[in-house]
This record gives sequence, structure tokens and C-alpha cells, in this order.
Amino acid sequence: MFKYLFAREEDIPAGSAAVFFGFSSIVWFVIGTGLGSFNASKLAFPDVVTGNEWFAFGHMRQVHVHAVIFGWISMAFASAMMYITPALGNTKLWSEKLGVWNCFLWNLGLSLGLTVLWAGVTSGREYSDFPWFIDLYIAVFMAVPLGLNVWMTVIKRRTQGIYTTNWFFAAAVFMVAIVFIVGNSPEFFHLTGLTEGYLTWWFAHNVLGLWITPVAAAIAYYTIPKVTGNPLYSHRIGHLHFWSVVVFYSTPAAHHLMSAPLPEWLKSFASVEGVLILVPAIAFVSNLMLTMQGKWYMFVENLEVRFTITGVLMAIPLNMQGGFQQTRAINWYIHGTGWIVAHAHLALLGFSTFLEAAAVYFGLQTIMRRKLYSLTLGNVHFWMLLIGFTIYWVSMTIAGLIQGAGKIYEVPYIDVVVAEHPYMIARWIGGTMVFTGNILWLINMWLTAREGTVVPAGRLPHELAYER
Amino acid sequence: MAFREYKIGARMFGISLASSMFITLVMPTLDIRQVGATDIALDKQLTAGRETGFNVDDPLLLGKNKPLKVLVHNDPKSDAPLEAARYVYVYNPGTSFPSGILHPVTLGENSKALSESQGRIGDANKASGAVFAIARGTVNGKEYPYIENLTATKGWTPADITGKAKDEDISHAGAGKTMFVREGCWWCHTLLPEETQDWQVFGAPPALGDYNGESPTAFGSDRKAPDLLHVGSRNSSREWMMLHFFNPRLVQPHSIMPRFDYLWGSVDAGGNKIDFDKWRAEYLDYHEGRRVLPPDVPQYAKDSEIRYLIDFMLSLK
Repeated sequence: MFKYLFAREEDIPAGSAAVFFGFSSIVWFVIGTGLGSFNASKLAFPDVVTGNEWFAFGHMRQVHVHAVIFGWISMAFASAMMYITPALGNTKLWSEKLGVWNCFLWNLGLSLGLTVLWAGVTSGREYSDFPWFIDLYIAVFMAVPLGLNVWMTVIKRRTQGIYTTNWFFAAAVFMVAIVFIVGNSPEFFHLTGLTEGYLTWWFAHNVLGLWITPVAAAIAYYTIPKVTGNPLYSHRIGHLHFWSVVVFYSTPAAHHLMSAPLPEWLKSFASVEGVLILVPAIAFVSNLMLTMQGKWYMFVENLEVRFTITGVLMAIPLNMQGGFQQTRAINWYIHGTGWIVAHAHLALLGFSTFLEAAAVYFGLQTIMRRKLYSLTLGNVHFWMLLIGFTIYWVSMTIAGLIQGAGKIYEVPYIDVVVAEHPYMIARWIGGTMVFTGNILWLINMWLTAREGTVVPAGRLPHELAYER
Repeated sequence: MAFREYKIGARMFGISLASSMFITLVMPTLDIRQVGATDIALDKQLTAGRETGFNVDDPLLLGKNKPLKVLVHNDPKSDAPLEAARYVYVYNPGTSFPSGILHPVTLGENSKALSESQGRIGDANKASGAVFAIARGTVNGKEYPYIENLTATKGWTPADITGKAKDEDISHAGAGKTMFVREGCWWCHTLLPEETQDWQVFGAPPALGDYNGESPTAFGSDRKAPDLLHVGSRNSSREWMMLHFFNPRLVQPHSIMPRFDYLWGSVDAGGNKIDFDKWRAEYLDYHEGRRVLPPDVPQYAKDSEIRYLIDFMLSLK
């Protein structure tokens, strides 16, 4: 990677940025889930590695969250954008060199930011925990170069129209820049009080709604038609999805604060808008299910399709939860419990991770022109992820319902802690399975780069048979 | 411009996103701006000072640049006993002032007017420090809390207060909030009793005006442990807090809270070095039944981080 930082643009092989982003994202995924597993062990057994501030839960929890969001998810997005945007525009990436620099500065900034967070230097605001100098770095050296590359590639495309995936990419990089800067404005301009509290959750909601969800969905809009060979079932349903994300998903931020003192009109408005999240969700899921017509055997036989469709299927429970758990009728019971933790992992580790993993699997094989080294390792990775996640989700949902009951029936808090203990152990086991699966993935991808069978010119990796 | 065929779409996009931003950013902000500060908000911001998250005055979150909350029994000028002991907030020279002094508009219209006219907060000077208190005044027959700059109205200086106050009357709750944020207490303990049955156990939920001037609000979202907004009313024992922070399993065997023994620093109240390894070994013996009683928890030093944190806990009434 370093040799390309100062190379001439024409000397950098096409797709380099996507490969660097892809491998970086897998490494961050291993780190992020490893931290998650370690944190979970402390919730089950609090005296695991104790008496040291560097391994205290309160210092490590936010490092896990940010390693996963900024390292794994966002870098996998960047990798997908670096190869899908030009492919759909029938052109090259606008600047491969900018992409390589972007990847380098991203890794550098994230390492710095996580070190700072680990030391306890934080803004004290959930999801926007990075102090403002890290926020500025992220905006200038991570978000803007990525957005610029995507936009210039779309503008310089050699096709007449723009495919669904690229609307989402272009809109999302634009929206996330606004969301990031406005969402962190309390730190830049020293806003205080309820404005600060509300903007914290305005950011947390919109970074999910206008960045993670639409970009993950956009990736699926590419992967499924590309690998199955079926055209997207409906361009119009894609439109419905896109516009309903922009209109409905950008408004319910206040539903994260349903039991906090905010103006009542704002909570009611957010709650109604929150239910409308079902519109883009149903449009997305049905469009991709219908695209699979006649190719369902690939759900069994092809790793990328299996990952993607599993992620798409997880969007169903995800959005059914998301749409209704924020209404007052349900929120009073489950707010602030493990149910929400389970839901957040369903969004990030279930739905979005499975779609991105497919994009990284497919992208790295396509660009490096190497067939996946081992289907067996890929299968093990898939099942470790799926079973580990399911254990996690089920145990945390149950723990959340216990906490909710404890809250409503005024059970002494310590009895809730005791009742949750078995589920905390299960959560740790599930998280550790995900972590172990990801180590295997990293090994598999590394071996693919080194030993994978070369894909002949004019062929795509999924057209070749798996060898191991 | 290759986007020309997307003219309608691009405009639609601009309109939709701008409307959503207007509804979710501009309208709530205009509404929240009208909210007047309550006594609780004034107490919180005067206790915690300007900023508790990362800031250039305290980049490593060590609890620097924070005011002291002091219980005053006698008039520091005349030494005559006051009618009733009162809390004052001492900003030693150089300590940054809270939001309400720097931007009185955040106090709400009436508290701002009272603080400026009767409280004389405009006369407060960072370089020479100031002593503030919460007072009550009336505007159009209604009572509102406001910030009084005692340095201007009574001539009380920070040195007057700190020179005479006994250590047990001084609270480092402001620096303690820094510890609360830095150590991530808010990942498990909320500061937000919910507007449901919650208030019967954890106390009254906060009101709209309780947050004016606070940064960060840090009320948390994931409650893995009891709410702490009113913990000082439920449990005011400094000794219990000390044991519980050193090792929560000493007082609550089923607790999953981490040990915060590292906040003691290296020495105890007597200036003796704390031998953590010995303590942990003895505790292990106790835990495994080889010892009848657990080892004694060292008394923390007067200016240790754990003292700040316990002061903050006890200030949460």
C-alpha cells in the first residue's frame, strides 16, 4: 500500500483502493469483535482482568463500538464504493491515488481516535464519543475524500443513467457528511443542555438511517443481480425505497428519547415517522426476494448470495422491531434494556454485516482475480457468524425482557442482575463465535490473495467451481 | 454536467432533505430555546463548570478547571453565623465559567434578566475568580431561580471561602463528573429515571428545564445497573460508597460492576503506599474461604480521583 501513496496515478492498478479498504475492514472486524467478546466476558464475570484502567469496561466499551462502526462497517462500505461505483458507471475510479490515501489516512485516524477513546478522553456523547479534533479529522480526511471520489466517479461515468446502487452511494456520502457535521456541532460550538442531548441522538439515529442502512442495501442491489445474473426485479420499487429512506428515515431521531423530557409534539411526530420506516424496509426486502426468482439454488450453493440473502432476511425482524419498539406502547417496557442492545446488533452485526461481508468476499475475489481459497473456511465463517449472532440476539432479547419486567414490577435491581447472568454468559459465547469466525475469514482471504486460483480474463469468480 | 437528466430528482432530494432537517433540527431547537432553567439546572451547571467532555482546559479529563461546591456556615467577611448554611460555588481564579455566565441566553428569558440585573453575573471575571450561588427572584409576580455573583453583590472572594471552609464542607462534585464521564459509568448507569413506573424506585424523572447549560448531559441509554440521578438521596453513606467502588463484591456479592480501586491512586489518606497486589491476594483468600474477613479498604487521600467521584455521587440528590 505504502508504495502506491507516492506513485503516479497511472501506475496504480485499478481496484487497489478497494483491496486495501477490504483487507483493512476485515482486520478491524477482527479487532472490533475481539473487543466485543472481551467486554462481554466482563459482563458475565466482572473480575476478568481487573484493577487496571486500560482493561476496565468503561474504557473499552466505546472502543468496540467505534472499531466496528468506523473500522469494519464504514471501511467495508468504502471498499464496496471503490469498486462498485466505477463498475456501474462503466469507467475507472476517479482517483485511485486519492482512494489509497483515503484508506491510509482512515486507518491512521481511526487508530489515533480509538487510542484516545481507550484512554477515556471522550466527548461523553454516545456514538459521537470522539472528541472534536478527531471529528474534524474524520470529516476532512475520511468522509470528504470518500465522498469526492464517489461523486466524481458518478459524474464522469460512461453510462447514460445511474443505477440504483449509485443513487444510494452518492446520496449517502452527501447525507453522512451533513449528519456528521451537524451531529457533532455541540462539540464544535459548545451547545449545551437538551439541545446537546437531542443532537446526540439525532446523530446516532441518522448515521444509522442515512449511512449504514442505505449503503448496506445499495450493496445488496448490486451483489444479487451481479452474481445471480437476474436483473433487479423493479427499478420503481427501488425508487420507492430510495425516496422513503430520504423522507421517513431522516425524521424519527427523537424516538430514541421517548422517556426523556423533550417537547411532546416532537416525540409523537418521531414515533409516527418511525413506523413509516416499514415502507423502505418492505420495498427493499420484496425487491430483492423477487430478484432471486429462479435462482434460489444459489442461496445454497453460492457464498456471496447466501450472505446477502441472509442479511436481507434479517431486515424483516430488524424493521418490525425498529418500527414498533419505538412507539410509546412498547417503548416504556423495553427502553434502556438489553432488548435494544440485541436490536442494535441485529442492525449492525446481522443485517448490515452480512451484506457487507458478501461485498468484501465478492470484491476482493473480483479485483484480485483470485478464486476464494477455501469454500469450507467460508462456510465455517458463515455459520460461526450466523449461529454466534443468533445466540447473542436471542440471549440479549430475553435478558432485555427480564430487565423490562424488573423495571415495571419494581424488582430490586440486583435480582435482575442475578437473573440475567446466564444470558450474559450466552452473549459472551455468541460474541466469541463471531470473533473466531472472523479470524478464519482473515486467514481465508489472505490465502486467497496468495494461493487462490487465478480467475481467467473475461470470467467472474463465481463462475468458477470452488476447489477446497 | 452529467447530472442534467437528474434535475428533477436532485431538486426533489434537496426539498425532502431540507424539510426533514427543518422539522427535526430547526423546529425543536426553537422550541427548546424557550425552556427556562430550573434550580436543578443551575445547580448542575454551577457544580460542573463549563465543559466536562474533552476540552482544551482539561484535555486528559483529569478533573482540572472545575469549581468547588462549598457549604458555608458563617459569613466569610464578618464571621457572623448565617441564618441557614448555604451552598456556594467557588470558581478559583482561572477556572472557566459555566454556560449560564458565558451565554446567559441559555438560562431562559426570566432567569437571564434576573441573573444580569440582580445577580450581576456580567461583573464576574475569570482572571480573579468568582463565587456564585443560586437565588430566587420574581418577574411579573412569578418566582424564578437565578445565578447570583456573590463576589459582586457581597464581596465574597474565592480565597475567603476556601480559606475558612473545612474539608468536609467542600465538594469536588464538578471534578467527580469528569471521572463519571471518563470512566464510562454512564455506559451502565443512566441519569434518567423514565417517565413510567420508574420514578417510584429511582425517583422523579427530570423536567424539561433541568438540563440547561449542562454539557455533556450523559444520561445514558443502556441501563445495566440502577439509575443514579437521585442516588445521593437513597444512599448517603460515604463509607458504603468507598467499599463499593474499591470492590463492589464487598457490599453486593452479585454485583457485576468493575472494581475502581485504581482511582485511589498510589497512596492512602495517611500518605502510605497502597499495596494493591497484597490486597487482591488477601481478598482472594477471603473469597475462597481461607480467611474470615475481607482485608480493610484503604481510606482514600483527600485529593484522590475516587474522592471526586464519591463527592459527585453524593451530590446526586
